[in-house]
Amino acid sequence: MAYAATTTPAKNRDPRDRGGEAQPLLMVKGLLKYFPVLGGVLNRKVASVQAVDDVSFDVAKGETLGVVGESGCGKSTTARLLMRLIEPDAGSVIFDGEGVGEQHGLSVRDMRRSMQMVFQDSYASLNPRLTIEETIAFGPKVHGVSGKEARDRARALLGKVGLDPNLFVRRYPHELSGGQRQRINIARALALEPRLVIFDEAVSALDKSVEAQVLNLLNDLKRDMSLTYIFISHDLNVVRYISDRVLVMYLGKVVETGTVEAIYGNPRHPYTRALLSSMPSMDPGKRTTAPALTGDPPNPINPPSGCRFRTRCAFAEGVCATVEPRLEIVADAERHAAACHMEIAGSGHTKAIPQLAPQLSGAVA
Amino acid sequence: MAETTLPGMVPDTPVASRGYWSSVFRRLRGDWVTIFCLVVLLAIILSAIFAPWVAPVDPYKTSVIRRLKDIGTPGFPLGTDELGRDMLSRLIYGGRLSLLMGITPVINALVIGSLLGIVAGFVGGKINMVIMRTVDVFYAFPSVLLAIAISGALGAGLVNSIVSLTIVFVPPITRVAESVTTSVRNLDFVEAARASGAGSWTIIRVHVLGNVLGPVFVFATGLISVSIILASGLSFLGLGVRPPEPEWGLMLNTLRQSIYVNPWVCALPGVMIFITSICFNMMSDGLRAAMDVRA
Amino acid sequence: MTAALRQDAAPVAAPARVPLVSVEGLTVKFKGGDGSIAAVNGVDFTLERGKVLTILGESGSGKSVTLKAMMRLHPARKTTYGGKIMIGGRNILALSERELVQVRGSVVSMIFQEPMLAFDPVYTIGHQIAETVVRHEGVSRRDADKRALDLLEMVQIPSAARRLKAYPHEMSGGMRQRAMIALALSCRPDLLLADEPTTALDATVQMQVLVLLRQLQREMGMAVIFVTHDMGVAAEIADDVAVMYAGRFIEAGPVGPVIGKRLHPYTEGLLASTVHGASRGERLETIPGSPPNLAKLPSGCSFAPRCKYVEQRCRETEIPLFKPEPDHSARCLRIDR
Repeated sequence: MAYAATTTPAKNRDPRDRGGEAQPLLMVKGLLKYFPVLGGVLNRKVASVQAVDDVSFDVAKGETLGVVGESGCGKSTTARLLMRLIEPDAGSVIFDGEGVGEQHGLSVRDMRRSMQMVFQDSYASLNPRLTIEETIAFGPKVHGVSGKEARDRARALLGKVGLDPNLFVRRYPHELSGGQRQRINIARALALEPRLVIFDEAVSALDKSVEAQVLNLLNDLKRDMSLTYIFISHDLNVVRYISDRVLVMYLGKVVETGTVEAIYGNPRHPYTRALLSSMPSMDPGKRTTAPALTGDPPNPINPPSGCRFRTRCAFAEGVCATVEPRLEIVADAERHAAACHMEIAGSGHTKAIPQLAPQLSGAVA
Repeated sequence: MAETTLPGMVPDTPVASRGYWSSVFRRLRGDWVTIFCLVVLLAIILSAIFAPWVAPVDPYKTSVIRRLKDIGTPGFPLGTDELGRDMLSRLIYGGRLSLLMGITPVINALVIGSLLGIVAGFVGGKINMVIMRTVDVFYAFPSVLLAIAISGALGAGLVNSIVSLTIVFVPPITRVAESVTTSVRNLDFVEAARASGAGSWTIIRVHVLGNVLGPVFVFATGLISVSIILASGLSFLGLGVRPPEPEWGLMLNTLRQSIYVNPWVCALPGVMIFITSICFNMMSDGLRAAMDVRA
Repeated sequence: MTAALRQDAAPVAAPARVPLVSVEGLTVKFKGGDGSIAAVNGVDFTLERGKVLTILGESGSGKSVTLKAMMRLHPARKTTYGGKIMIGGRNILALSERELVQVRGSVVSMIFQEPMLAFDPVYTIGHQIAETVVRHEGVSRRDADKRALDLLEMVQIPSAARRLKAYPHEMSGGMRQRAMIALALSCRPDLLLADEPTTALDATVQMQVLVLLRQLQREMGMAVIFVTHDMGVAAEIADDVAVMYAGRFIEAGPVGPVIGKRLHPYTEGLLASTVHGASRGERLETIPGSPPNLAKLPSGCSFAPRCKYVEQRCRETEIPLFKPEPDHSARCLRIDR
């Protein structure tokens, strides 16, 4: 919460704020997307990839929510659903109290002014035929800003992301390094003065020394422009560094969520624990001798019944195959919740505490 | 907006910035084969345009006494044809119709095909299905056969052959435009533009056109050589322009009977068709290489 | 696993004290449209059987180029090699094309970041592994099929017999990576070259593959050269680490000292800019700027433009290799005090 604390509400009250301090900037409820798998002679739907399956979460104003998970867990699809680059099958997104794409709510076009996204591939996300200036000025022009003003804004933003405007405005993407291109992508996302920025693996392709520069930049920008971030990454170290709260996803489901301290200090879901122990130790004297998990994540086309993690889980029991565990709050103060039968009182799992237990601690050995 | 101080950021060494097209031209300059082809084509095109000034004599002026003279005959550097007309002048004038019939259909098809292809590629779904399947029907016929069939149905003549050749070239250009558009549409920068709230037409205009037209243009220049050969073929079969108009394909046809009398002179229109089409082809390859500016 | 374990696993047949790999003054230059690019500028190292050398570096440091040079995999027309690469007594850079084909796969083999590139999509995994065994060892098809099964079991692919009949696209990323390791090990190479084999994998799968590689390397007594950009991966697998920058080893030594007692400012910066748990919320220390353009390297120390300790003399002379300890060396004038 380091940065949430620096923006003092009295002085820095955002004029764009609609719902007030306590209203989460983003509320996601029951987001769902199944992609049809076409096949057969008539190209009919034969199965579906359950990419995002009933995902709900909130993002508070000024906070950074980290989203972690392995490939196929649905984290990138979630980002695209939030931006409405893909139409969700079900679920609602409420931006600062206004339903996105609903009647009397926020139109998708207006939402896209308040919410922006930075993609992983810094090269593919820049049009090779446009100069840096044209790329950054494109968004504002679309929203009716005059050409001159849009160009001025582009130059100012280049300065803000640490690139000399005089050197860069006339350049083309192929003349820049990966780090510089990603700075351009950040500037482009900020050109519409959004309140929420989604980073989809935005630093994953960068070299470590450049990654650190960009992470510092993100922290500076967040403070200066009172932004809220959703930071998607597979790199647990980076997520731990930048986030206030973390969402762990597995095969289209949220399996655990909580503050960084709770997730990294006291992980409750076996998957989170496996993920954390798969981080290299950086100490040759303390090498991992046995991998925490065996096998690859299963195919999201036919996910396992019940708890989706049970096929790789060391604690799986009968109940895990039949009943899907709900996201259960394990520690209210840390907004810590986990979707595991071992955490749900009276679930029938031998490691769960029986029904009507007075408190919820001590369930995990 | 206050400048943030960014410790650790030093401006990277400035590189002289080059636009896309200027880097294409820089690459082209180093490719002497393409340059050579361009010069040859330019010479042919310019001499066709300025034929009345360039051609030494009237291309329609016949003479019974000096028929089928050899190459190098004084006054007739490339000899004379079966009606005693000056070959050099006829070849220069012939370039006008041959190039017109070669290039116009491709330009027409470029406009129509790109439009169809970009719409099909960008919109996708049912519209893509309708456009592409219709195109496939035409594509299924060999191009020569299709051109002859349409020309035959429409009747002989310059305009009709241009129309029939246009119809022949729309399907391949549509296919290329569609496949390039489909791949561009899925790139992140188009997603990013959508995320900026831009509408479809803005995205097509700013982000798709620039990336699609280049490859399609290169492909189309490659088709010009085919078009010239097909146009000549139509004239050869009597479906294009009519005598006494000088046109390379037609000249080849009328000189055909004299092939045993003076084979060298009779082959000259064929040589022109060959040189022009191969130059267009090589130029297209050179352009493709030069426009592939990546990293 | 610490250094003690790898000693006893070394094969008995190995001649004592003669390193399997010895590289002297290796340089690699590429001719391109815009002049030549000096990708590797003088690399020296030796590697004994049963040891893992990790080459650590950022993009454009020359780490992958060095690795591919070990098998002379760069296009011959555009590449100029210099120096000497001795593997098992043969100078790779002096071999004929035919001898090279003999060496590839049997003495040295390689695994890549993207396993799809190593497999032919139209043949089954089992067919391709057996094919390689037949080609290199001349055994019967039947024996080769048996070996393929053994190999898949060795790399811990579940239900290996069934997987033999699978096509590359039918397997998940982690399984493909294991299958590629099986393919690379099919002819029991003395040296395995690994080019970022775990970078594209998920965190949990990456650790499985690392543990597997380490175990196989120990059992087979192989030498491994492992290229990565990830300090954490290096700490997990390396015996020795070489940090590469602008085509040179700027620091080399056993993994413990290199990570714990780094001598070169670049190694120091690289570690400082790697995000750790403790650094949350704090400003990260970064190395300013970006890696140098290999087409025009600065004179003197190539790290000088980004170095916070830079002095005038750094830019004047080539920096020699200093050895403050017998096995730990670095190219930095600050050591020379």
